Amino acid sequence: MKSKWLSGPYVIWMVLFTLIPLGIVFYFAFTDGAGQFTLANIQRLGAYLPILLRSAWMSIFSSILCLLIGYPVAYCMSKASPTRQKIYYMLIMLPMCLSFLLRTMAWVSLLEDTGIINNALRSLGLSPLPLIRNTGAVILGMVYNYLPFMIMPLYTVLIKIDRRLIEAAQDLGCNQVQVFTKVILPLSVPGIVSGITMVFVPAVSTFYISQKLGSPGAVLIGDVIESQFKGAYNPNLGAAMSLILMALIFLCVGLMNHFSGTDDEEGVATL
Amino acid sequence: MRKRLVTLLLTALLVMAAWPITASAAPGGTINVYNWGQYIADGTDGSLDVIAAFEEETGIKVNYVTFDSNETMYTKLKTGGSSYDVIIPSDYMVGRLIAEDMLEPLNFDNIPNYQYVDESFRNTAYDPDNLYSVPYTWGTVGLIYNSKYVDNVTGWSSLWDPQYAGKILMFDNCRDAFAIAELRLGYSINSSDPAEYQEAANLLQQQKPYVQQYVMDQIFSKMEREEAWLAPYYAGDYLTMVEENPDLSFCLPEEGFNMFIDAMCIPKGCTNKEGAEAFINFLCDPEISGRNMDYLGYSTPISAAKEYMDPEVANDPVAYPDAETLSRGSSFLALPTESTQLMDSLWLTVKTAGGNTSFYLWSSAAVLILVVGLLTIAKIRKKRRIARRGCSRRPENP
Repeated sequence: MKSKWLSGPYVIWMVLFTLIPLGIVFYFAFTDGAGQFTLANIQRLGAYLPILLRSAWMSIFSSILCLLIGYPVAYCMSKASPTRQKIYYMLIMLPMCLSFLLRTMAWVSLLEDTGIINNALRSLGLSPLPLIRNTGAVILGMVYNYLPFMIMPLYTVLIKIDRRLIEAAQDLGCNQVQVFTKVILPLSVPGIVSGITMVFVPAVSTFYISQKLGSPGAVLIGDVIESQFKGAYNPNLGAAMSLILMALIFLCVGLMNHFSGTDDEEGVATL
Repeated sequence: MRKRLVTLLLTALLVMAAWPITASAAPGGTINVYNWGQYIADGTDGSLDVIAAFEEETGIKVNYVTFDSNETMYTKLKTGGSSYDVIIPSDYMVGRLIAEDMLEPLNFDNIPNYQYVDESFRNTAYDPDNLYSVPYTWGTVGLIYNSKYVDNVTGWSSLWDPQYAGKILMFDNCRDAFAIAELRLGYSINSSDPAEYQEAANLLQQQKPYVQQYVMDQIFSKMEREEAWLAPYYAGDYLTMVEENPDLSFCLPEEGFNMFIDAMCIPKGCTNKEGAEAFINFLCDPEISGRNMDYLGYSTPISAAKEYMDPEVANDPVAYPDAETLSRGSSFLALPTESTQLMDSLWLTVKTAGGNTSFYLWSSAAVLILVVGLLTIAKIRKKRRIARRGCSRRPENP
């Protein structure tokens, strides 16, 4: 009973700032400017399906890249001495202390045609590279900004792995690779799942990164939603887009949890 | 104990932060001013700090906020939540705000400096009875280009020139962008004909592969650093940019161009109307206007202000073109709601067009099939496994 009371403030918070706004999003998505019920906003969404899918693909790709980069980092971190772990932890968290916008702007001034990298190339007598305004730059921006979200859950899971399990595997004749694939990897699946979720969800709805680093020919769904609320004043279409984006996120996260669920089971079974 | 003290202090800080700002009210109250970005002299480069001068003279405190397009400002007003006392939108937006009954009529007894405003800036098309607005600046929209890389610029068609692909910037607001396309096509910038809109949208879509980015205030830094070579923008801002990069040139296109007036208004829901009128009055003071325009580079609607300005600025042909050039210009009028909506949705189409759409559709379909396939295989395998194990073990998911 007591614990219920303690969660009271958050419940109120959630109702006020999550459930009610969500209801408002639904209301806007299914009404027109005059407040009449309409399905026109939902019907218009078909035209934006390629943009939605493009956003999804780029975020999935970024999540996978984050995993490939983040896993070895988190693994090495978990193996380091406690003092070193603290230093690494701080170094990874450090960029997060700076504003997200500032970090993206910094990438712009690095990658621009007249940016730091291209100016350096030019002064060396080399021809400048097309570094900005392409898909690669957007993915770079996503990976750079969201990598800590991948490393942190992985690290938390990896340091909790019982060393005795690894020793047991070694005693029973596993080599290094087998220890990793049969023990460490299955046990770190929860970290992988939450890491991918933490990267994918903000990446798919981002708008700033693509505006600054992407080409004008490859806008993401976040940009379109932003334009509907900021410039065009069509909150109804914007709300409908947000709804469909939310549905997509739920679908992706649900699918991933499903797969990780079966993996986890097998992991436990092999042990 | 120390920890507890820190917690207490932090809590106190949070409570303080939540305290309404009005608690520390200035004697003359506070006004919220909502203006374009980089659109008032702020004391840099030896200019006059207009807001500080106003605060000192009247004791009214100014909260100064900026927007980057008329549409952003409109949305902010429309969605509510924050109240402003003075806004400075452009002509057609003033017209739209008047039509939607979103402005307070001004009390000109509190704005005696209105007498200095030139006759040609009174009884304008957007505010025919002079009830709601006082002009702040006027100017033209022209083509800014870097003469180091670009030459022979006479008209808007340079913005469609493939040889400058990737070095062209374009307006990130639909009214200004459509105006350029309409002028190229020879249509009126106040057209409300859907067919003409469609043609303009097609033209803008053709331009898209050559556009580096759709931007507003970022044009300053991009042009100054030569990241981009060609951009349509406001004449006054060109004068600011050319101080940083002397290679920049300005052209008022032969096809015609937009002439605008930005005017000060008081929106409905303001909390300090008298303070707002005092601010408007202050900005109409010839000396203040002159020194403000010296910094801005925009043109003043108050001729008396010119004697307080740097003569070079006051006679600059970019800021004050001759009558013959000005005859090519035309002003925006407020458009009917349906036209605005059509333009918005066409603009969205222009901005979202491009990219390899079919690739994303096909790859997504392929992945979807793969996922469904994997799911069924996993299900079948699980069933078999359970069947094989029989009753020797409890199933994991009862």
